Amino acid sequence: MDKKGKKTKIVKEIIVDTKKCVGCRACEIACSAFHAVPKYSSVNTARSRIMVVMDEVRDIFVPIRAGEYTEAECNGRNRYVIDGKEYDECTFCPASCPSRGAFREPDSGLPLKCDMCENVPPLEKPMCVDACTFGALTYEEREQVVEAEPPKRAEMEIGLESLIKKFGSKKVMDAVARLSKEH
Amino acid sequence: MRYGETGFQLEVDLSRGSIDKVETDPRDTALYLGGIGMDAKLLFDRVPSGTDPWSPDNLLIFGNGLLNGTCVPGANRLSVDTIAPLNGFMGHSLMGGFFGAEMKMAGYDRIVISGQASDLVYLAIHNDKVEIRDARHLRGKGMVDTQRLIQEELNDKRAWVAAIGPAGEHRVIMASIDCGNSSAARTVGPVMGAKNLKAIAVRGTKDVHIAHPAELWEMCSRLRKEFAANPNIGDWMAVDEDDSFHHNNFSWGNARVRRKNFWSPALEERWRNLKYDHMSRQTGCWNCPKACHNLITWPNRRRFSYKCYGKDTYHMAAFQELDFTFEILPVAMDLGFDSYSTPQVIAFALELLEAGILTEKDFPGMPSDTRQRFYYLLQKIAFREGIGDILANGTSDAAAIIGNGAEKFDHNTVKKFEQLPIKLGKLNPAYFLMIGTGEDMAITQIEGSFPQDPIPDPELREEFIRNWNAVPDKKFHDWFRQWVKRDQLPDEAMCAITDWNECMHYLDDSLGFCGFVSSFRGQFGGTTGYSIWNMPPIITHATGMEFDKDRLWECFIRNRTLVRALNNRSGLRRHMDKPPEDHWAVRNEEYEQLLLTKYYDFKGWTFDGIPTKETLEKLSLGYVAEDLIKNGVLTGNEVTALKDPRAKKEKE
Repeated sequence: MDKKGKKTKIVKEIIVDTKKCVGCRACEIACSAFHAVPKYSSVNTARSRIMVVMDEVRDIFVPIRAGEYTEAECNGRNRYVIDGKEYDECTFCPASCPSRGAFREPDSGLPLKCDMCENVPPLEKPMCVDACTFGALTYEEREQVVEAEPPKRAEMEIGLESLIKKFGSKKVMDAVARLSKEH
Repeated sequence: MRYGETGFQLEVDLSRGSIDKVETDPRDTALYLGGIGMDAKLLFDRVPSGTDPWSPDNLLIFGNGLLNGTCVPGANRLSVDTIAPLNGFMGHSLMGGFFGAEMKMAGYDRIVISGQASDLVYLAIHNDKVEIRDARHLRGKGMVDTQRLIQEELNDKRAWVAAIGPAGEHRVIMASIDCGNSSAARTVGPVMGAKNLKAIAVRGTKDVHIAHPAELWEMCSRLRKEFAANPNIGDWMAVDEDDSFHHNNFSWGNARVRRKNFWSPALEERWRNLKYDHMSRQTGCWNCPKACHNLITWPNRRRFSYKCYGKDTYHMAAFQELDFTFEILPVAMDLGFDSYSTPQVIAFALELLEAGILTEKDFPGMPSDTRQRFYYLLQKIAFREGIGDILANGTSDAAAIIGNGAEKFDHNTVKKFEQLPIKLGKLNPAYFLMIGTGEDMAITQIEGSFPQDPIPDPELREEFIRNWNAVPDKKFHDWFRQWVKRDQLPDEAMCAITDWNECMHYLDDSLGFCGFVSSFRGQFGGTTGYSIWNMPPIITHATGMEFDKDRLWECFIRNRTLVRALNNRSGLRRHMDKPPEDHWAVRNEEYEQLLLTKYYDFKGWTFDGIPTKETLEKLSLGYVAEDLIKNGVLTGNEVTALKDPRAKKEKE
């Protein structure tokens, strides 16, 4: 944090250019291989944390990355018309949700989530991006300046404040003094 | 645990309704790899000589290349094989795309279909759950609807569906099996129809294991980037707008008319605009850094993709321009037609009409416009109506049925399979051998490693040789150095060139590589993604089986010899190994026969073109030799071709 209460953080971004995606699924393959144990010991795109939503007849090629797990499916869904093509909302949705089988460990059913290929030492870019030779996936790290949050008060302080509000500061101070002598 | 492969094949008997998951013998993998090799072995072992290809006893095999479904780039080709009803020999076709990899993840290296369902069914595979399901409601449906409806029924948009259209249901010889942007033809479609199998849907969520993970990944990651950056790898037809080569040199109509000055800059510009104004994007196959399919949006048509020479076949058969292909391809493909043979059959029919061998009466209600005539005939053939019922047998058999001189119009087939419409002047000996003996029944499935043309400039030639890494042996350098005229190289070189070309296709088809990253690509510029040098370490890292160049080469010879023996058992002999009569204007029968003898000898085959007992035994194919002797194909005492007394007579 600098003096003005500002700080910077690294934002990791995968930029998806759907026009450049050819649907080869190299991203899915790389993801599943990287997350296999030991590394690269198997390929299984059902374990991948990235998935290309593909429909050639509708010219839809959208790589999506596994995001948060959600217990319930959406109550309603949007349909997006972009450049004359109609997309189901799920085409862009990263959730591991009950409405589709995607982003679940096939054996356990546990949800999968992209971890941007965390590794020691860190990779230059996530594996899916590295595997994409068509430029549909590119990786950027950018520094973002964010307002530094005021220091968080401890739990006890919050508790004391509500006691003071209820009983008045004198009573609380007396009680604290007495109790501290007793212990 | 098995690596690279799953170690299991799915065997489905549609007559009995039985489904078995059968563990395979890893020793067979070491000998035959996968794909065409394992399929040929199954056909040899299980389809007895003399079996009617239409009968339930024929097999239809979807055989993964050994490396499909792994991280090896460009390995996705599934060999779809059967005994071809057209000629009784092995019908071999390749399907790229995603079906093979999905099969691997479902746990199967192969799906072996036997028998015949009592009515139309489809097979639904989800890992170990396999069902034979009613498909009567899908009868007559096109490819696109069939795939969509099955995905909906299974509630799985990520299931891959390989299906036949109406053409396959009606056992049309030119029918294909399609899955997304890929397709297999060459008689596997009609056999699927004969089995009453409308489609196979597959979804898999299992691991494909790798023997040496870090080593294989490092190698593949590097190759993927190299392929992507190298314009000499992949299908140039997807991006090169100058297609003067096919249009000026290949024959139009029923392989009849050459238009040597057809191409022009103005035409190229017009076609370039036509393509890019309608192209949505290019699409690829499983794990390949090349995108060879052009996805086209055409007015009043469902969006479709085409690749390679499929761009040219319809408009060249109809003497039209590219817009006709764009207009008719989605319709033809949805009906389930192969775009290689079908336009030739239609052009053949229209030529017979022009010649008066067929008459207007044979084509009731046919429009006068050529373009409309093609649509008319597609419908007739797909549903086997009227003349379509005859044409559905392919050019060769249709000509025989029609008779009355129609046979003369069947001038572009080899072993009854339609060929590329190439008609040239002077005999090219290597091409004579490739077209004559290539049992994948198409020149594109055997040519490809040795350049098509010599390089006259000595400096450029030396530079080419320096960068020519794919060469398996230094002798090819020497021959290339002395090569000036296309048709002039020692016979020994012609044999070795044919053999090397064939080798790379057999290895591709066994391992799952697409020809455009491998076997087909070296003939134009020498560079290939895969060669006999880098295949062995990849196989070793993927499977854990030790392979080197020599051992891999031996797998080629084994697989090639096995296919030959399988076809010999069905009657393939020397007199059938010939290109179309008019392929070259100038022929030399005596020389051709001598060359053929030398080539057979080179291959360890008899004068009749059958592998000798000794050749078979050397390749661990002793059981094949025994079978051929039992069937009277061999006596066991034969010598190779040049040692045959008939060869000596030939020389004199």
